[in-house]
Amino acid sequence: MKKNLSRRSFIKITGAGTAGVIAAGSISKLSGTKKVVKGKSGSKVEITPTYCEMCTFKCAGWVYKKDGKPWKIKGNDTDHHSNGRMCTKGSAGMGTYTDPDRLKKPLIRTEERGKQVFKEVSWDEAFTYIAEKMQNLKKSYGPECMALLSHGAGGSFFKQFIKGFGSKNIAAPSYGNCRGPREEAYMLTYGEAIGSPERTDMSNSKCIVLLGSHIGENSHSSQVRDFSTAIANGAEVITVDPRFSTAASKSKFWLPIKPGTDMALLLAWINVIIGEEIYDKKFIKDNTVGFEQLKEHVKKYTPEWAYTETTIKPEIIRETARLMAKNGSKTLLHPGRFTVWYGDDTQRVRAGAIINALLGNWGQKGAFFNPQKAKVAKYPHAEYPKQNKEMPIKYELANLALASGICDATIPSIKDGCSFKGWIVYGTNLIKTFPDRKNTLKAIQNLDLLVVVDILPTEITGWADVVLPECSYLERYDELRVSKGKKAQIALRMPAFEPLYDSKPAWWMAKGLAKKMGLEKYMPWKNIEEYLDYRLKKSGTSLEEMKKAGVKTVKTDEPIFYSKGEQIEFDTESGKVELFSSVLEEAGFDPIPKYKRHEQPEEGSFRLITGRSPMHSFSRSVNNPILTQLMPENEVWVNSVVAKEWDIKHGQYIKLKNQDNIVSTKVRVKVTERIRHDAVYMVHGFGTEQKKMRRAYMKGASDSLLSTKVLYDDIMGGTGFRGNFVTFVI
Amino acid sequence: MKKYGMVIDTIKCVGCSACVVACKTENEVPEGLHRDWVVEEVSGKFPNLFMEIRTERCNHCSDAPCVSACPTGASHQKEGSNIVKVTPNKCTGCKACVASCPYNARFIMPEGYASKCTFCDHRIDEGKGPACASVCPTEAITFGDLNNPLSKVSRLLRARKHKALIPEAGTNPNIFYLT
Amino acid sequence: MNEIAVITNKVNPSLHIWGWEVPVYLFLGGLTAGILIIVSLMFLGKKEKEYSFASYKMALYAPIIMTIGMGALFLDLKHKLFVWRFYTTFNLASPMSWGSWVLLIIYPFSVLLIFATIRKGYPKYNEWIEQLLSKINFVLKIYKWLLEFSERNVRTIAAITMPFAILLGIYTGVLLSAFSARPFWNSPLMGPIFLVSGLSTAAAMVILLAKDHKEKEFFTKIDLGLIFTEITFLVLFIIGLTTSSIQYQKAADLILGGKLTPVFWVFVFGFALIIPAFLEILELKGKKIPSAYAALLVLIGGLILRFIIVDAGQTSGWLPY
Repeated sequence: MKKNLSRRSFIKITGAGTAGVIAAGSISKLSGTKKVVKGKSGSKVEITPTYCEMCTFKCAGWVYKKDGKPWKIKGNDTDHHSNGRMCTKGSAGMGTYTDPDRLKKPLIRTEERGKQVFKEVSWDEAFTYIAEKMQNLKKSYGPECMALLSHGAGGSFFKQFIKGFGSKNIAAPSYGNCRGPREEAYMLTYGEAIGSPERTDMSNSKCIVLLGSHIGENSHSSQVRDFSTAIANGAEVITVDPRFSTAASKSKFWLPIKPGTDMALLLAWINVIIGEEIYDKKFIKDNTVGFEQLKEHVKKYTPEWAYTETTIKPEIIRETARLMAKNGSKTLLHPGRFTVWYGDDTQRVRAGAIINALLGNWGQKGAFFNPQKAKVAKYPHAEYPKQNKEMPIKYELANLALASGICDATIPSIKDGCSFKGWIVYGTNLIKTFPDRKNTLKAIQNLDLLVVVDILPTEITGWADVVLPECSYLERYDELRVSKGKKAQIALRMPAFEPLYDSKPAWWMAKGLAKKMGLEKYMPWKNIEEYLDYRLKKSGTSLEEMKKAGVKTVKTDEPIFYSKGEQIEFDTESGKVELFSSVLEEAGFDPIPKYKRHEQPEEGSFRLITGRSPMHSFSRSVNNPILTQLMPENEVWVNSVVAKEWDIKHGQYIKLKNQDNIVSTKVRVKVTERIRHDAVYMVHGFGTEQKKMRRAYMKGASDSLLSTKVLYDDIMGGTGFRGNFVTFVI
Repeated sequence: MKKYGMVIDTIKCVGCSACVVACKTENEVPEGLHRDWVVEEVSGKFPNLFMEIRTERCNHCSDAPCVSACPTGASHQKEGSNIVKVTPNKCTGCKACVASCPYNARFIMPEGYASKCTFCDHRIDEGKGPACASVCPTEAITFGDLNNPLSKVSRLLRARKHKALIPEAGTNPNIFYLT
Repeated sequence: MNEIAVITNKVNPSLHIWGWEVPVYLFLGGLTAGILIIVSLMFLGKKEKEYSFASYKMALYAPIIMTIGMGALFLDLKHKLFVWRFYTTFNLASPMSWGSWVLLIIYPFSVLLIFATIRKGYPKYNEWIEQLLSKINFVLKIYKWLLEFSERNVRTIAAITMPFAILLGIYTGVLLSAFSARPFWNSPLMGPIFLVSGLSTAAAMVILLAKDHKEKEFFTKIDLGLIFTEITFLVLFIIGLTTSSIQYQKAADLILGGKLTPVFWVFVFGFALIIPAFLEILELKGKKIPSAYAALLVLIGGLILRFIIVDAGQTSGWLPY
């Protein structure tokens, strides 16, 4: 093979690198730095605007440097995502910049996939390699065989690139792995999605209903603040969770439901609200279709019936339903965020959406508002080529492409359509993100080209043919943040530092690749400043102004709330809220959600429930030098009675084994009253198997490794994780 | 005489720990050391549970045992206030102050001197509150002068049920938790 | 009990303040105090003729042992360059401050006691020193003057040394008992226990090193009395903890069923107090038992006692985190 290359030129991923050396020939000028303040001790403090990339909530803030060295990150007071208050992770963003384990140079694989043997190459060599491979793939299979799997702001530039190349196969794992069912359910019911930040007006709620939502542990700044404000103002919270979550601890009612039976509870609530005629009659009459069918449909779902499924007492089901109805449109049944659980997730979220309709809270203060969005001009470019071949669509009702669909369609056993031959993976660690690792690796082994763009040597980089080291969000310009909210706002991210090592921003890579492949007409801008300035000037501001302000609020005319009793035009088939969905009926699905019993764990095994910690953004932050100081590993929560039976002590390290005999790494036990006896819980993202992430390596256990069973949502293909059962290996 | 204190709303606090990170970065606290931390205290048996979440730090006690235990005067209360500080070049690193703190709020810096929360007194001088209070996403931490009856901290203490942590240790702590 | 979780890692997951250095320092400090008290008592009670080791030979050990002890303390300091800061202030409320000043005062007096006793106790050393100093005449003169001065005023020196030595002995305990944050230490009996234990170890030293049988027997009697006093104080100390509030009871649990129980009862109570007392009684009854056994047990036991107390105190606290 490549025997002429001496062993020494092979460098394991991340390489020895030239640590600490700042790339020469800078691609970003730091001239725009906003303010220079003299600190008290005479130190020079510089402040640059950014928006956060620690999670997808994208709070805007300021990066502080003290005497040119990284200091701190603070929220931007104007920003409606953060209200000037960054969360735990956002405040620790400096750790992504300072992490010594970062990828340092472009790498090309020299041995088998997954062996992690690479050679360091120049950017030009890397681009040439990718361009050559992509041209060959285009010739043999057509441009559609390339897919982009992307997560994060910089992905936008790779989207432009791959569209220019001729493929529209772009997917974000977060759709199928997280929020998908929620968005589809609300689209089906109300004709509009929830979006991020969520269009919920929790701060004015009088009653909040949470199902498996972990607000608090999920620290999205303004959501947490709204939740907390509501509680401080006396809002009554009903939390449905097998675990006594942070939110549960703030609740008037904690319903420790038997996992997998949420639908039964929701249907019983509908039964009570309709049966006792405590719904918003005017809203139902004016704005919905299918009420009579719904009424008929839920008759059998009595609280007494639900008790046997959920273990929640009938009187509690009635009491909570009445509490919701009492507060009417000031009650919010939160649509949730991570909603891929048992495979009937779109239907479950829809059941919640129906309850919200019965409460008549759409567009009402204390529940849902109508989000505002700034209109920002696009940079003109040549029209993207038409895609000739359509990829096989398994889920016709899915509004977005499924990352797992691309993964499945990469395995040649799927006969129809073409299968994928090349992936560009931007900022998402698919090994950890996808459940069913065997399937993921099988797909990867069938690829002709796997390009991975990342900051850290995450597991997926180990399987790549080419690894492109991206600089952190603190070292780059990026796409503008144009997000929805009560206010329409634009936020800028600009570099506070020159990129470390030989890392580069996404826009530079995408544009470089486009140039190499003669696709420049699709990205015709000179440089990023020109690109951003053009778009901002067309939208009533400028790069100069944004550099000073960081965030700009744009005036909009749309009202954020409807007046009470107003007739609303919904963007659904019927123009009304669809309690009964004809779209679902036509596609062969239940038009009104039905209860389906899910598998329960056998004696001696436990349902694996996962969640998040406010200290981490899943596997993305597990190597962060600041956050690992707070929380270096995850714990598995075990009910205290179960622990006694198994003779497991608090703080003891054990392993977990799932139904397919997959065994986890060692994980510490938290013996607690805070969880049911039939489930165990752990925070997602830990148990890194990548040695090069030195702080995270083998810390805690990985739930995705244990999630070999996937329950696919039959409507939109979401990948339900909650059908996995584990037992203890002591 | 200022009596600086904090009033922390346990009803609002979700334990996100942003306060811990804000403190670490603001004060450049070395790796592995923390000036504040977050505690979850659960009482009861499944399913009748109650949980209190608290962010904790030095209480800047009016009768600070760490100040009286210090043989050199390195541990002291900042002039005109109750803010307990350490003068590094007076500290011998004898750890008497570490042993004297019932809250276990003190630690030894890698350089060898004792350190702890300062209520971000450098920020107070600039008219800003401590970093932890200014970052808290739920605005659960309120900082101010307890001697001033019109301050927000005083008003909160008058209006709400509250407690201090182990007042029986007799140090007159100045951090209060709304319950 | 409530379920408590510190969800962000804390500074000291298990607070560990002092290692081996401080117990060693407290042991040697207590021993020094004991030695000085015994020497002073010999002169004040005019017993120097009867008990020659305790009177004339023992004083030499005091500053040496004290220096080693202070060396251990210095090793424990984490900001060593600033050790001189102990002597730029005096903090009335800080036992540590008291201690450092007491040590400073005791030092010259312990040296004066050597001057007062060296000619009788160690004539050879004295000759050797005089020979060494003979080259510089005026230094020799000062030395000789000092010897004469000290011998002449030995009772005055002893009278001044005595209260400071008692203070030193008590201080080694009060240093710990002043920490109200550590319930295990926070007992008024801590000072007396450390003083009595210091005296007992010093008495054991006499038993170990004295040649004269009568002197050995006399100090065996004294030591026996001290051991029983110490046992009484320790029992009172434990009763005090167990009858106090919950934090104190929890602290007492450390030696009443907790992790330090075996080492406390076997080594401190058994090997360091009961067995030596038993051996000493047998000895006084005329049984042929080498007196060194009991003496060594008392000395080692005194060290272990301080290790256990220092360790237990750090483990105890008002909060479990």
